[in-house]
Amino acid sequence: MSDRGNDGPTPVERFIGGLIPENPVYRQILGICPSLAVTNSMEGALTMGGAALFVLLCSNVLISLIRPLLKPHLRILIFTLTIATFVTIADRFLAAFLYDMSKQLGPYIPLIIVNCVIIARCEICASKQSVGTAAADALGQGLGFALGLMSIATVREILGFGTWFGKWLGWRVIPTAPAEVWSPWIIMILPPGAFLTLGLLLGVFNILTARRKSA
Amino acid sequence: MTYLTSILLLAISTALINNMVFHYFVGNCPFIGVSRRLDTAFGMGAAVTFVVTIAATLSWLMTYFILAPGAPLTTWVWRAVRPGSTATVDLSILNYIVYIFVIAWAVQFVELYVRKFFPPLYKSFGVFLPLITTNCVILFSCLEVMKHVPVTGAPVTEPWGLDKAIIFAFFAGFGFLIAIVLMGGIREELDHCDVPAPLKGPGITMIIAGILALAFMGFTGMDANLARRLSPKPPATAESAALPAP
Repeated sequence: MSDRGNDGPTPVERFIGGLIPENPVYRQILGICPSLAVTNSMEGALTMGGAALFVLLCSNVLISLIRPLLKPHLRILIFTLTIATFVTIADRFLAAFLYDMSKQLGPYIPLIIVNCVIIARCEICASKQSVGTAAADALGQGLGFALGLMSIATVREILGFGTWFGKWLGWRVIPTAPAEVWSPWIIMILPPGAFLTLGLLLGVFNILTARRKSA
Repeated sequence: MTYLTSILLLAISTALINNMVFHYFVGNCPFIGVSRRLDTAFGMGAAVTFVVTIAATLSWLMTYFILAPGAPLTTWVWRAVRPGSTATVDLSILNYIVYIFVIAWAVQFVELYVRKFFPPLYKSFGVFLPLITTNCVILFSCLEVMKHVPVTGAPVTEPWGLDKAIIFAFFAGFGFLIAIVLMGGIREELDHCDVPAPLKGPGITMIIAGILALAFMGFTGMDANLARRLSPKPPATAESAALPAP
């Protein structure tokens, strides 16, 4: 415990911090690629969030365990190789048990390797803190990332398809019956919708945080 | 379809229609982070183009000769170690680890080389090189190339030789360059605009990117049209074109 900073946040604070105040998607604007690419359905967002959480947790714990051995000039390489190993595990697991999702997410699962969130956590937290702190931090950030993805996916799937978890649970949010009342916004499923949704949600998030701070 | 036509179509579809940033969403972190000034945006784009070409070439070679199921080098080593074995050797589970290693190596190598032999070039984009290891464009291009490497074991739908892999990688980087330079120019003008406070910074950048993505959707279908124009005309059309002349 000697290497823990005296004024650093406790594990619980780190866990809470990852969820909203330091949310990877909305606050740090990291890991944008998956949060745009896989969020046209809730299933994709949930799978991607789970995979990223698994990789983040495992690599943070492992990096934290081997931190006395890290050499400064080689550390980024060690981080990426560790992450790549766990991503391979996650990728094979998804291909075996969730084949449809693995097909749908395609190259974005291996792209977790270069997800800035994970490397940033390894660099900022895991390479300096003890195992427990690193695990709490990883859980907070991973859940925060998954929540961020799912909030974007909620907007896009409801406006684009009119469903929520449409493929797995088949929940229909907007009724299809009178067709003239609502027609799905196809643009929300296409690439431009992703950028627009994330941009507007960033604005909403900033308004809410500003309001909470002033109140 | 002639060879040149297919190369042209691959280039256009990679750089414009399936633009890395606006269609595949890769490379968004530098696209948002380093696009504040036009010159830094151009430096980043040029560095990415440079590295992605080298990394994709290397990963094509690695996949074809070592990693793919039944690759020649691995099979040769396996036969030397275990004479008489007829098993297919498949190292493709190591793909991701090898690619990220190749990318990290290529970035280091390019940085040293450029700094030593091309100091002006190093000044213009050398500072961005260390950031590029974690740029999604590079790994994404390597993965796309992996999908198209002709292997003996499993047939590939559209096999690419080394030439097409290099063309693909270069134009993937070029598409990223186009996108980030466009965004850099727009954001320089944006400095003079009155943006609503909550949207300042990343928010408005995302919305602009959305509008640009809408514009880039206009390129959809261009490749099919072009393919029809460029494909060699059937003899009947050639005759009818020649007939009205007299």
